[in-house]
Amino acid sequence: MNRPGCCDNYTRSRLFRSAAAQAGQGLPQIESGMPMPAGTGLTRRGFIAGAAGLALAVYGAGKTPLPFFEDGIAEAAQSDRILVSIFLDGGADALSLLAPVGHPRYRELRPVLALDEGDGIAFTEDPSLRWHPSAAALAQLYGEGKVTVFPAVGYTDPNQSHFTSRHFWEVGELDTDARTGWMGRYLDLVGSETNPLQGLSLSSSLSPSLATLDKPVAAVEGITGYDLWSHASEPVSDEMFRSFTNMGSMKSQSPALDDSRRAIRATNIVRQTLANFGDFESPVIYPEARLGTQLSGLAALLGAGMPLHLVSVTADGAYDTHSAQVEEFDGAIKATCDSILAFQRDLEARGLQDRVLVQVWSEFGRRPEENGSAGTDHGAAGVAFLIGSRASGRMVGEFPGLVNLDEDDNLRHTSDFRAMYCSILEQWFGHEAAPIIPGAAGFARPVLIK
Amino acid sequence: MSARAGKKKRIRVYHRERWVDSGEGVVRLRKKVIRRRKGEKAPRKGPGPRPLPRPQEPTYPWKPQPFGTYKGRFGRLEATRLLNRAGFGPAPGQAEELARLGMKKAVLSLTRPKGKAKLTGPAPVDQEGLPLAPFDSWGHDHLWWLDRMVRTDQPFRERMALVFHDWFATSRSGVSQQRQMIDQYWTLRAGVNGTFDDLVVRITKDPAMLQWLNGGDNNKWSPNENYARELMELFTLGADRGAYTEDDIREAARALTGWRYDWDENLGAVNFRFDPEYHDEESKKIFSRKGNWNWRDVCRLCVTHKLHASFFVDKLWSYFVPAAPSTNTRKALIRLYLESDRKVLPVVEAILQHPDFYRGPPMVKPPVVFNASLLRSLGLPIETNDWIWLCDGAGQELFMPPNVSGWDDDRWLDTSTVRFRWMMVTYALDKVHADPWDDSYRDSETTREAVNRALGTYGWPALRSDHQAELIAMANRIPAYIQDEWQARPYLAMRQNALLQLIPSCPDFQLS
Repeated sequence: MNRPGCCDNYTRSRLFRSAAAQAGQGLPQIESGMPMPAGTGLTRRGFIAGAAGLALAVYGAGKTPLPFFEDGIAEAAQSDRILVSIFLDGGADALSLLAPVGHPRYRELRPVLALDEGDGIAFTEDPSLRWHPSAAALAQLYGEGKVTVFPAVGYTDPNQSHFTSRHFWEVGELDTDARTGWMGRYLDLVGSETNPLQGLSLSSSLSPSLATLDKPVAAVEGITGYDLWSHASEPVSDEMFRSFTNMGSMKSQSPALDDSRRAIRATNIVRQTLANFGDFESPVIYPEARLGTQLSGLAALLGAGMPLHLVSVTADGAYDTHSAQVEEFDGAIKATCDSILAFQRDLEARGLQDRVLVQVWSEFGRRPEENGSAGTDHGAAGVAFLIGSRASGRMVGEFPGLVNLDEDDNLRHTSDFRAMYCSILEQWFGHEAAPIIPGAAGFARPVLIK
Repeated sequence: MSARAGKKKRIRVYHRERWVDSGEGVVRLRKKVIRRRKGEKAPRKGPGPRPLPRPQEPTYPWKPQPFGTYKGRFGRLEATRLLNRAGFGPAPGQAEELARLGMKKAVLSLTRPKGKAKLTGPAPVDQEGLPLAPFDSWGHDHLWWLDRMVRTDQPFRERMALVFHDWFATSRSGVSQQRQMIDQYWTLRAGVNGTFDDLVVRITKDPAMLQWLNGGDNNKWSPNENYARELMELFTLGADRGAYTEDDIREAARALTGWRYDWDENLGAVNFRFDPEYHDEESKKIFSRKGNWNWRDVCRLCVTHKLHASFFVDKLWSYFVPAAPSTNTRKALIRLYLESDRKVLPVVEAILQHPDFYRGPPMVKPPVVFNASLLRSLGLPIETNDWIWLCDGAGQELFMPPNVSGWDDDRWLDTSTVRFRWMMVTYALDKVHADPWDDSYRDSETTREAVNRALGTYGWPALRSDHQAELIAMANRIPAYIQDEWQARPYLAMRQNALLQLIPSCPDFQLS
């Protein structure tokens, strides 16, 4: 069955060769002013990325001239800066990740969990700390000057609830009532009306950090195979999806109905964009880990010039290690760090390393004194990392030591997570932090980017 | 023999059945139809199916109503909302039946069912056709409960069990045996008919919970704070309200010591018991009160705390109404709760009769409620394991909440979970859809007939008229693609499938 306007194929490598970067134009359906692919005149353009063996389909309005797409892709591929936020869920034990072996109280507080004498990997900026052996991959990147370490990041009056503390990190302020994420608020200011991939959760549901007020964002558990099947095929299915989109585009005052419609509209756009994103080959070998799989897909998407901007993903592992900590922690940290190293190498192989910054965080650290179940209870200050070829590689705040703990016997913070956000916004995205992070003026601006 | 050889003889006159919403309920009309020959005048195109009464949209910003009993119209739409929020949606005809009772009787018919719950219809099986093994087979616990939601004649009991499963969220990922999860389910299910005090006591010594939050690892030599913290933060008092301090958590953890279990190589955690040897007998200070408190005292101190009743009311309300109650309503519910000695049922019944429940904004159905209501409306039994991963992908696998705070009810819908809801519909239609390639589908079906047929398949769900108009528009666009005679049957059958897919996938159907 031939229908008008279907499936013009272009070689993506040819597009890249011919396209000259032109400022102000993004990918199809990203920039505001572009018509929504909401039914009328919908055209499917298949771009085949020859080099990487990628096939992806991009939908746009049929009346938009093709050069627009070419320039848009070239532009998005060359100048966009991307942030990938990796969450260690449950409160990762900072004192295991970077063990304060040189501090006198360490072995007294951690009789069971302490690293063996001489174990671990040297941490050059502070010889009293040593990387956990399972974090060797991260230590390697650190040795290359690609890791900025926050050895004790937190905030004043630390909250030891997973949910409250995580919420603070997600919304970028100490307000339990805040409803939008800090990344979401950035997108609300600079994002597009029609590109849900600009804020992408690689998870089965949207990360609250990416929750926007009204800009579309997406959650995709797996990069490949994102399609919607049905018992109707073309041409009937095209009309079905057209109506599905239409139903998602109607206006409403009801918040729940609006949410429902927005999600349906975004689902359609993601479906159209990712439907043909089939098997891809990675230039490097990733570890057998969920995070590795997700990051390999992410690198392929970025390599294909997909219009991603902020990405959120949860690492392997459950870090709420109240008991038998070693069993869970060691494997989880290894899977996470190995995946991050593979991702960095992948980006380097694709020439994308200067466009991507990875941030690793957890809602809090754990209590310096271990509990009786060979585990640790909730603590306060924790550890965070910024990783990438452009990361400054310089420690932010020092390790506060184990003598002067806070009133709950927890680690005191020497840097604030909101200061990290402000610096990322200003130094990485070149966007003023004040409209996004409340009280931005009051926070330091550590140097995070080189 | 060619496939076409078995073609049925064309019947020119037949009877057509049609579901019509009479306003008072759906009735089935039977009508004589004469099939026309090619070239014969086509049947008159109707204006499409009669739109259902549009749900009355609240005005925004929504103003919460004072405490009281809802006095407005109680028709099909209101009964549907009641069934969607206090049960798992209507089976065909059930909303009409409930509407005839009037609001109060309808609520009480759900909240105070008589006798034991009955499961009607075929018992659930896995895809091999074998009975479920909820204690042993991975994911069968999910199917087992989903089946109860679909087939029970007492849906409110199951819905309240789901509420408490979210409230005291325990995950089998931290529990040795599925049997222990199902034992906990029975405890949660009984919760609605007793006092909250009782439920807290039972859940505190529940073997699944003792594993999940380390209550069984908590002893006088090395206290573990995990359960003490979540008992206060998530179960009884709430975080950041000034109800407790970090010291209260540490002291309560000491008071909760004494529970232990044995480890069996095959079964995991077994033989749960309270061992006075493991209990810390020293004095503890909790909420500024000193005493030699034990685990029962901690439960009592939490539910008698002056900030507990408001926490309970707010949390319970949020499961049924998506906007905060008025101050007046909140106070009245707190009073009701305290005056009834912290019984659960009176508070739920008051919420289900409150004007905000019927006239307030819609809320998003949790994925498992969506799944169960889809199967109920189609009258389908559980016959496949696929519901496990589909519900998981949609964001809610039973017995597997994401963490101890339960599911995030504010964020059910995004591009990932919407896709899984879509797939649930596709899988549900596996047995229901029209086969485009057999010869049975009528090649002269009108738009109106097609839309009516699809809506009737789901028992005439209450769709907003703009969505209904879009269904009609879609159905109207298909005949233009029929260029050759052979295309008519498959395209019209696929049109029916597209309608069947779109109805539960549309924004309305996600809401209650």
